[in-house]
Amino acid sequence: MIELKGIRKQFGDHVVFDEIDLTLERGEIIVIVGPSGTGKSTLLRCINFLETPDAGHLTVGDLSFDTTHATREQILALRRRTAFVFQNYALFANKTALQNVAEGMIVVDGLPKAKAYARAREILERIGLADKADAYPASLSGGQQQRVGIGRAMASNADVILFDEPTSSLDPQWVEEVLGLMKQLAAEHQTMIVVTHEMQFAREVADRVVFMDQGRIIEQAPPAALFSQPKDERTQQFLRKILAANVV
Amino acid sequence: MHALDFDYMLGLVPILLSYLPLTLEMAAAGMACALVLACLLAVIRVTRIAGLNAFALLFISFFRGTPLLVQLFLFYYGLPQVLTFLVTINGVTATILGLTLHFSAYMAESIRAAIVGIDRSQTEAALSIGMTRAQLMRRIVLPQATRVATPTLMNYFIDMIKSTSLAFTLGVTELMGATQKEAASSFLYFEAFLVVAVIYWIVVEALSWVQKWLEKRLNRAYQR
Repeated sequence: MIELKGIRKQFGDHVVFDEIDLTLERGEIIVIVGPSGTGKSTLLRCINFLETPDAGHLTVGDLSFDTTHATREQILALRRRTAFVFQNYALFANKTALQNVAEGMIVVDGLPKAKAYARAREILERIGLADKADAYPASLSGGQQQRVGIGRAMASNADVILFDEPTSSLDPQWVEEVLGLMKQLAAEHQTMIVVTHEMQFAREVADRVVFMDQGRIIEQAPPAALFSQPKDERTQQFLRKILAANVV
Repeated sequence: MHALDFDYMLGLVPILLSYLPLTLEMAAAGMACALVLACLLAVIRVTRIAGLNAFALLFISFFRGTPLLVQLFLFYYGLPQVLTFLVTINGVTATILGLTLHFSAYMAESIRAAIVGIDRSQTEAALSIGMTRAQLMRRIVLPQATRVATPTLMNYFIDMIKSTSLAFTLGVTELMGATQKEAASSFLYFEAFLVVAVIYWIVVEALSWVQKWLEKRLNRAYQR
């Protein structure tokens, strides 16, 4: 189970969000939507301390602590329980696809190399890139790179995978293969939090859609309910705009 | 004007080559020490360790801001007058010390630039999977920074090999010192210095080939 309680983040005087509460169950898939600049990505980054929250309490599995007094050990433990998929893939440029997936298992989990590579090969098989094991990121397409990025997240065996706009910097022709892989993970009940503008994906895959605006969670509901009967006026407005744009 | 004395020049080659090892040893020792010191300085500059950063800045400023020859004279002729235990410092040691300090100042800056140049998202990715800062440096940042910095560092190494010739002003008989002595006894200055120039040139050319090979190897991961 994952629980965020009273999470606050500010940059200088600018409060990005305050008092954010969010809970999800094991195997649940949450999609966070909302206008740009409302703190969706920052919230996601707070969950594995790529940004340090200024206040609040975090619980991931059996790990639970007050973010204002987080120790180095707690932060490292938190990062082992959460995995992150970046908008720009962020693969290690000096490592092959196989090594990118295996790196965490070797360095962080301390697995013997042979075992880590065997597991990494299994993962490459699952993400359909077994034939690219020895390819470096520079020689992979955007879609392939992002699938390796997801593979790297899968390898960490995290309680939850955090996706930060995973398809936003992809050329249109690669979007489907990445969403396809995410759907495959969803079907296997991988717990995940996804920040995205892909409404169709949210509709199909999410257990719950969370609408954020100006640093607040305005409403959250199963996709069918949120998309057909949004309660708040801001949600209605946002959906009108984005759905109008998507229909074309 | 007289014709070039080829026999003299050919005879000189093996004599001068016997001093080449000392030249290369000084350069290799200087490079090894300079690399260690430069990495240290670069990491201090990147992490901005309080106090040490100010020292690193002052160090770099001084050793980049003064001529190598002045530094060598300072270490060999000047310092022993103040720190009397250094009276026994020999010319070779003083040269290696001077080359180390001088070139580490330059190299620190290019290593720092290479580290800073590694795309920040890779740092975040490494942290996100639970790596420590030290693991991140060792496994992700430094290997890539090495590749970026290698051409510049090789250039400094080449420069350092040539700069060992200044050791002769400290009374060290290395390649340049030996040439000077030979020329002074034969009076064939042009021949002697032409031979030594060609020797330096060939050594540097050979190194340039090593550099090209090294860069190609290091770039393998980045070819599309």
